[in-house]
Amino acid sequence: MVVFSKNPIHSVLYLVLTFFAIAGHYLLLNAQFLAVVHIVVYAGAIMVLFLYVLMLLNLNVDAEPVKKNWVKYAGVLSGGLLMLTLVATFHKAETMPMIQNKPEIGLTANLGKILFGEFALPFEISSVLLLSAMVGAIMLSKKEVKK
Amino acid sequence: METLQAIPLNHYILLSVLLFSIGVMGVLLRRNAIIIFMCIELMLNAVNLLMVAFSAHHGDGKGQVFVFFIMAVAAAEVAVGLSILIMMHRNTNTTDIGFLNKLKF
Repeated sequence: MVVFSKNPIHSVLYLVLTFFAIAGHYLLLNAQFLAVVHIVVYAGAIMVLFLYVLMLLNLNVDAEPVKKNWVKYAGVLSGGLLMLTLVATFHKAETMPMIQNKPEIGLTANLGKILFGEFALPFEISSVLLLSAMVGAIMLSKKEVKK
Repeated sequence: METLQAIPLNHYILLSVLLFSIGVMGVLLRRNAIIIFMCIELMLNAVNLLMVAFSAHHGDGKGQVFVFFIMAVAAAEVAVGLSILIMMHRNTNTTDIGFLNKLKF
């Protein structure tokens, strides 16, 4: 649906649906904190950013040029072959039942202990990365100064 | 809860393989750069889902912390990518990636 819808806005909405489904999977896996963060970050922030850019650029439905047919066939064929290979690889893997011996691992308190204890330095580095990405995005999308 | 936790790990592997392949197919098929970005997000989420599944399987919280970092990096990547896209649209008036085959405007 994300791939095959002609209108990019429909594509974004289907992607939001997919993200909510993935958040539901996180809840099923007892990762409550990640589910909430996933909904807030992806469905809240990133998708709003996508929709905003789509409306800013004012893309029409038929703005996309039609590809040649053999390119489409080659794309579908290679994607399908990749999927077939991966499925065939993991199909014969022995089925392990999900044993959640520590179901409380995904709670916010435990994740916070790991995040700020063992992973404190990567956390700070990722904050610097986000800051530099913010500055870079503003610099890039700013109109060029007239000389 | 016992019935919910009886989902075997293989089904999660298959689901994320499916999501990843849909993302790859979208990158190969579409010419619109925004949709290519969305398909990259789809692939990142497939990997995240697999990592959370294995983290819950092993009872180790480090995988979920790693997923948290991947989300931060994805957010930064989307912000920078979309601003590049806006600049490209301002300069070439299109979002077709076929126009960018010369690495300069």
